[in-house]
Amino acid sequence: MATSHQASGIQVARLDAAGIAENFSDLHPAYDAHEAAVAADRCYFCYDAPCMTACPTSIDIPQFIREIQAGHPESAARTILEQNILGGMCARVCPTETLCEEVCVRETAEGKPVEIGRLQRYATDTLMEMGGHPFSRAEATGKTVAVVGAGPAGLSAAHRLAMLGHDVVLYDAKSKAGGLNEFGIAAYKSTNDFAAREVEWLLQIGGITMDYGKKLGAELSLDGLASGYDAVFLSIGLAGVNALRAPGEEKDGVRDAVEFIAELRQAEDLTALPVGRNVVVIGGGMTAVDAAVQSKLLGAENVTIAYRRGREDMGASRFEQDLAASKGVKLMFNVMPKAVHGNGAAAEIELEYTAVAGGKVSGTGETVRLVADQVFKAIGQTLEGQPDALELEGRKIKVSDTGRTSMAGVWAGGDCASGGEDLTVTAVAEGRDAAMDIHSSLMG
Amino acid sequence: MADLTTEFLGIKSPNPFWLASAPPTDKEYNVRRAFEAGWGGVVWKTLGAEGPPVVNVNGPRYGAIWGADRRLLGLNNIELITDRPLQTNLEEITRVKKDYPDRAIIVSIMVPCEEQAWKDILPQVEATGADGIELNFGCPHGMAERGMGSAVGQVPEYIQMVTEWCKKYYSKPVIVKLTPNIADIRQPARAANAGNADAVSLINTINSITSVDLDSMAPEPTIGGKGTHGGYCGPAVKPIALNMVAEIARDAQTRDLPISAIGGVTTWRDAAEFMAMGAGNVQVCTAAMTYGFNVVKEMISGLSTWMDEKGYTSTQDFIGMAVPNVTDWQYLDLNFVTKAKINQDDCISCGRCFAACEDTSHQAIAMSEDRVFTVKDDECVACNLCVNVCPVEGCITMEEVAAGQIDERTGEVVSDDYANWTTHPNNPAATAAE
Repeated sequence: MATSHQASGIQVARLDAAGIAENFSDLHPAYDAHEAAVAADRCYFCYDAPCMTACPTSIDIPQFIREIQAGHPESAARTILEQNILGGMCARVCPTETLCEEVCVRETAEGKPVEIGRLQRYATDTLMEMGGHPFSRAEATGKTVAVVGAGPAGLSAAHRLAMLGHDVVLYDAKSKAGGLNEFGIAAYKSTNDFAAREVEWLLQIGGITMDYGKKLGAELSLDGLASGYDAVFLSIGLAGVNALRAPGEEKDGVRDAVEFIAELRQAEDLTALPVGRNVVVIGGGMTAVDAAVQSKLLGAENVTIAYRRGREDMGASRFEQDLAASKGVKLMFNVMPKAVHGNGAAAEIELEYTAVAGGKVSGTGETVRLVADQVFKAIGQTLEGQPDALELEGRKIKVSDTGRTSMAGVWAGGDCASGGEDLTVTAVAEGRDAAMDIHSSLMG
Repeated sequence: MADLTTEFLGIKSPNPFWLASAPPTDKEYNVRRAFEAGWGGVVWKTLGAEGPPVVNVNGPRYGAIWGADRRLLGLNNIELITDRPLQTNLEEITRVKKDYPDRAIIVSIMVPCEEQAWKDILPQVEATGADGIELNFGCPHGMAERGMGSAVGQVPEYIQMVTEWCKKYYSKPVIVKLTPNIADIRQPARAANAGNADAVSLINTINSITSVDLDSMAPEPTIGGKGTHGGYCGPAVKPIALNMVAEIARDAQTRDLPISAIGGVTTWRDAAEFMAMGAGNVQVCTAAMTYGFNVVKEMISGLSTWMDEKGYTSTQDFIGMAVPNVTDWQYLDLNFVTKAKINQDDCISCGRCFAACEDTSHQAIAMSEDRVFTVKDDECVACNLCVNVCPVEGCITMEEVAAGQIDERTGEVVSDDYANWTTHPNNPAATAAE
C-alpha cells in the first residue's frame, strides 16, 4: 500500500512500483527502425552544417544521418564515436535544444528540427547492441598516463589515450565510474543502467586500469602522480556545493540536490526512497530541474523551483523548464531564500522577492512563506580539493585550449577546468582534446 | 466549377482522367470501384487471344525506387496481360459499360501479329459496347519475347500493318499505345498515323531494373534467385513521357494526331501539363496503385480550380497551348539573360545552393561567416541548379536582366534582339544575318 501524496513529512513509497516505473521510464523513448528512417529523411545535408558547428564535440551530424538513411546505423555510430566516445550518453542528456537542434535549418524553416539527439541514440544503441568495440589500440607507446576522475572528461581522455597506445590508470574517489553520468543527471535520461553499461563498453578498448576509492588530496597527490606517470589528466569535477547562507539551513529536511540525485540514481528500489510532501528546490540550473522533477515523479504533492532571477536567466533550458512544468512542478522566479522555519525539521521556507538591477540581485523586502518539509539546495557546485600548485582562473583550474594547466605535464578538463559550459558533451570534448595534446607532447 | 467534360475521339467522359490499362483495370470489381471514385474512363487491362490465358509469375511482380520518407517515385512491373479468360473479361466489360454509359471504356488488346488473330477478337470486343480499343504495342517484358507488345511497337511497319487490320475489322476509335523503348518516338507515331489510327497513347513502361539484392546478387523483383527487366512507370518517368508527347505534338506529320498521355501523372498539375503539351486526356496508373482510386478526387478538384483561376471553361481551351513553345535548342534566344536571386527572408541557410554551385558549377554564390548566401552576378551563368537543390520552394528565383542593363558576367549590355545559335559567330555553319 503506497503512502498517500498527502502524507506530510519525508516519506517512502508515495507511489507503488508500477507508478514509479511509469514515471521513470525513458524521457525520449528510443526510435525503432521506421521512426529513425522517417526522422533521418528530414535532414537536408547542409553545407558546413550549423548543427555540427554547434556541437561541442563537432560530430559530423549530416554524415552520420546520411549513414542512417543509407542503412548503416553502425557506421553512423562510428562517425559519432570517433568524435565523442560518450555519444550514447550525450544522445540522452545533451540539451540539444540549445545546441545542434537549436540551429538546425529545419528549426528555422518549420520550427521543428531534425531530432538529432534521438537519431544519435538510434545509431549508438544499434552499435552497442551489436556487441564488441569499434576501436582498437595503436601499437603500445610504453607511456603511462594517470587520469583522475572517471566522469565524462576522464573517460573520454582515458579512451583516447588508450586508443593511441598509451597505458592509462583511471582513478576515481568513488567505487564506481561514470561521474555525473552515474551519480548526477535525472534517472529518466539514463534508463536501464545505461551509464554503467556505457563505461563497461568503453573500457573494452583495453589499456585502461580502473583504480577506485582514490581521491586527489587523500590517497593521491599531484606530485606523486606527476613523478609516477608520463602525464596526468585531472577531471575531478566540482565536489563542493554552495551553501544557502540563510538561517535554518541546518534543519532536517534541508539537503543538497546533488546528494539527493546521487542517492536516487543509486537506489535499487525507488519506492524505498523517501521524498517530502511539499518540496522546494532552490536554484535555476539543470540540477534544480532534475531534483524537482524527480521529486514530483516520486510522488511529492507540491514541488516548487524557487529561482532568484527571471526565467530568461535560468541555467536550465526552456525545454527543461517546460518539462518541469509539464510534470506539475511550479516555477517561481525572482525569489531568494531568506530563512527555513520549523521546529528541528523544516516546515516552511521564507522567500524574499528580488529585483535585478544592473545584473545584481537584491531583496525587495516583500516575503512569502511556502510550506516545505523538504528543501533541496541546487545553487551550484564548486571546485574542491584541487592541488595548490595549480593556478586558478576564477573558481576553476586554469587551462589552455588543449587543457594544459600551469604545471608542466599536468592537463585538466571537464567541470573542474576553466572554459566551456558544464555539460557532459563539453567535458568529453575537453578530455579528448587534452588526450590528443598529451599524445603529441609525449610522442613529439 | 469549370466543366471537365472531355471529348476524346468523340468519346465523352466526365473528366479527362482515365485509368491506364494495368492491374487497376483488370476486373469488373476494380473498375466499378474506380467509377464510383470518379474516374472518367478506363482502359481495360489488355486482353489476349481466345484460349488458355497467360500465366504470371508467382513471386513478386513489382520493384520500386523511393524518395525521402519512402515516397514512391518509380514502379517497375513484370506482370503480363490479363491472366483471366477472354470471355470472362468480355462479359464483365459488357456489364460495366451498360451500368456506366457516361464513362469511357476502352479495351486494350494484344494478340499475335497475324491478321486472323485480330479478325477473331475484334468483333467480340465490338460486341461489348466499349467505346474503343487500344493496341498494346508497348509492354517491354514477357510478351515481347513472344513477338508481341514492344516487339511490335519497335517496328513501325508492323504498327502500320496491325493498325490497318484494326481499322478494317473494328468500327470504333483505334488508339495505338506506343513504347518508349525506341530511339525516336516520332517513327512509331508516324506509322500509326499512316495506318489511320485515331490516336496514339504514350508512354508505355520503360525497360528497367530497379535494384539489385546485394545478398542474393540478383535483380529485384527476384523470382527464385533470378530477375528480369520490367516496365518502369510512376513520377520518375514523367519528364520522359512529356518530351515524347511534345515530339509527336510538334511533328509536322503527326501534329493533328490526338494523344492520350501516360507517364507519372500524380496530381492535377501533371495532367494539365500533359494536356498543355497536346494531350487530349491523360491516363493514370501508378498514382492509383500507390494511393488508391481516391486520388482522382484531387485531380478533379485541382484541375477545375486551376481552370477557374485561368478562366478556362473547357479542357479544349488549353489543350496544346504549350506546344508552340517547344523548340529546338538551336532556336533558343541567346540574348535572354537571367540571374539567380536568393530571397533572404525565405532562406533557411542550409547552404545546399552554395555546395552545389561551389563544388559542381560556377562558384557564383558567396557564403558569409554568418551563413548569408548571396549570388555573385558576375559569375552566375543562370544554370538554375541552385533553384533546383534549394529545399524551400520559391526561395531562389531566376530574375531576368532587362534589355539595356549590363550582364555583369560578360560585361555586355543585354540586348532585346532575338539571337540564336544559327546566327552566332562561333557557329561554323552560321547563316550571317543580313
